[in-house]
Amino acid sequence: MINQSQKLNPKLFDKKVDEVPIRKGFGQGLLEIGEKNPKVVGLCADLTESTQMHLFRNKFPNRFVEIGVAEQNLAGVASGMSAMGKIPYISSYAMFSPGRNWEQIRTTICYNDRQVIIAGSHAGVSVGPDGGTHQAIEDIAITRVIPNMIVISPCDHIEARKATIAAAETGKPTYIRLAREKTPVITTNETPFVIGKAQLFYGEQSDRADVGIAATGALVYKALKVAEQLSKENIKAKFLNISTIKPIDIEQVVSLAKTCGAIVTVEEHQIHGGLGSAVSEVVTQNFPVPIEFIGVQDKFGQSGTPDELLEHYGMGESHIFAAAKKVIGRKS
Amino acid sequence: MSINLTDEKIKFLEEKAKDIRISIIEMLVAAGSGHSAGPLGMADIFATLYFFILRHDPKKPDWEGRDRLILSNGHINPVLYSTMAHAGYFPVAELLTLRKFGTRLQGHPHREYLPMLETSSGPLGSGLSQAVGMAIADRMDHGKTSDRFFYCLMSDGELDEGQSWEAMLLAAREKLGNLIVIVDRNNIQIDGNTEDVMPLEKLSHKFESFNFHVEEIDGHDYRAIAEAVGRAQAVFDGPSVIIARTIPGKGVSFMERDYKWHGSPPGTEMAGEPPKDEQAKIALHDLRTLGGQITSEHE
Repeated sequence: MINQSQKLNPKLFDKKVDEVPIRKGFGQGLLEIGEKNPKVVGLCADLTESTQMHLFRNKFPNRFVEIGVAEQNLAGVASGMSAMGKIPYISSYAMFSPGRNWEQIRTTICYNDRQVIIAGSHAGVSVGPDGGTHQAIEDIAITRVIPNMIVISPCDHIEARKATIAAAETGKPTYIRLAREKTPVITTNETPFVIGKAQLFYGEQSDRADVGIAATGALVYKALKVAEQLSKENIKAKFLNISTIKPIDIEQVVSLAKTCGAIVTVEEHQIHGGLGSAVSEVVTQNFPVPIEFIGVQDKFGQSGTPDELLEHYGMGESHIFAAAKKVIGRKS
Repeated sequence: MSINLTDEKIKFLEEKAKDIRISIIEMLVAAGSGHSAGPLGMADIFATLYFFILRHDPKKPDWEGRDRLILSNGHINPVLYSTMAHAGYFPVAELLTLRKFGTRLQGHPHREYLPMLETSSGPLGSGLSQAVGMAIADRMDHGKTSDRFFYCLMSDGELDEGQSWEAMLLAAREKLGNLIVIVDRNNIQIDGNTEDVMPLEKLSHKFESFNFHVEEIDGHDYRAIAEAVGRAQAVFDGPSVIIARTIPGKGVSFMERDYKWHGSPPGTEMAGEPPKDEQAKIALHDLRTLGGQITSEHE
């Protein structure tokens, strides 16, 4: 059962559920926090509309810096502006920032512990026709491994808006992962969101269940639908939305392991180093249970429609469903 | 700021540069590793900056109105630490903790350990971007009325890094008259002489074509350093660069102009060099007997 305390979209499982790109929430959130906090500045590497930073640029042209196609400079300039008391938000495609400029992010931003918010758009294979060069499926791994960094992967545009606004208050380097394609609207403005807290979208906190599903980002909707399908087959599932991948909500992950005894992780990312790895690190240290990992299995992406690619790389609903059954079978 | 150095002031700077150099040798010997040539070559410029040019207060390192000095080539930090200590930021005795476990003086600058640093550095090519970001932020807040300057110190070898040129494009577009870049043109990098490893000449033309105001000076001539900075400060409508020709290893006879000393401390076994146990003694003797009268080959 949907957890009513989460106040999710009542039309969640309707055929005509609203769909909005996650990146739109970043654009809206940045505009709002820009209005509230004069220290907020925006920097972009020649992808201002695509990353939705144009809303901020149009409203605050004097607090926007166009960097051109130069992501390494993007990171360094932002670090310098942070040193002068600004709160810089930088945006590009995830493949280029934090991809191309990883070392600059590590040294000039994280090693200096400068508050810079890095918005990486077009993450995941669902970027589609552009092909593998533009499909960032390693970005969670390379950001969460850096000390001082917070990593957030919102599940819809509403959560992305909240994360963008909340990031201004962290005082820390923060990575926000965004997707390009339209994504079903899962949450509402009333859904609780706190950086570092995972939310139980399906099942009650004290429930025991046959399987726990933990998902992040654009695949949360598909994974949540699988929880519903499983319940129709009398398989009881709980579902945890892990939008903050670092610091991960240890309490909720351990609770999922204890109450379900088996977990499936779901992410549009390599299975190495992403959400599945983060969950596994917590579970194996605290309450070991079997885990199945849904994600890209050590491959590069290619051109195609988002659905074709998600199916091809084993991230479709049928794959999640099968993984749930498999992991239940692995319980001792 | 007056750019005219009196003879007394020059004498004072010479003494400071000598102290800075002696400390560099002492700290490198104590550390047993680190870079020698660059720090020695930049001692005159650091002395002129910290004891004549910079608006700063060693007792209030977080003073908001201070000029910012961003060291991009972090590996020459012995000269930064030595100069800061002699300027009163922290005790000179602490220099001997360089590179040791628990020290504030990390092998390459790290703000977490020494928060009075403007930035951490070591990986090359990133300092100018940060200086540009600082200068842009200052312009956003204060317009052209701000009297703060942002000095970015870079090596010539690090200009191999493409990011430096990305930052230059932006500095020029933003017309950052508050940005003054000083390039340590010592012609060496780890693998050899810069013009053999990756030619940079005609370097002044490159900067000019990136719309920088360019000064070329002898980096051991205090008067030339001060005058070049003064002229750079007077350029309001764009960034400036001072290409400072320096002698790597300046002041230590067996190190001068020899790229092999780029990344090694005194006490390193090296063919054609003095015995390793005598290197420190010779280096300190060289520096002390010159009595601070370190003169440039260009004079």
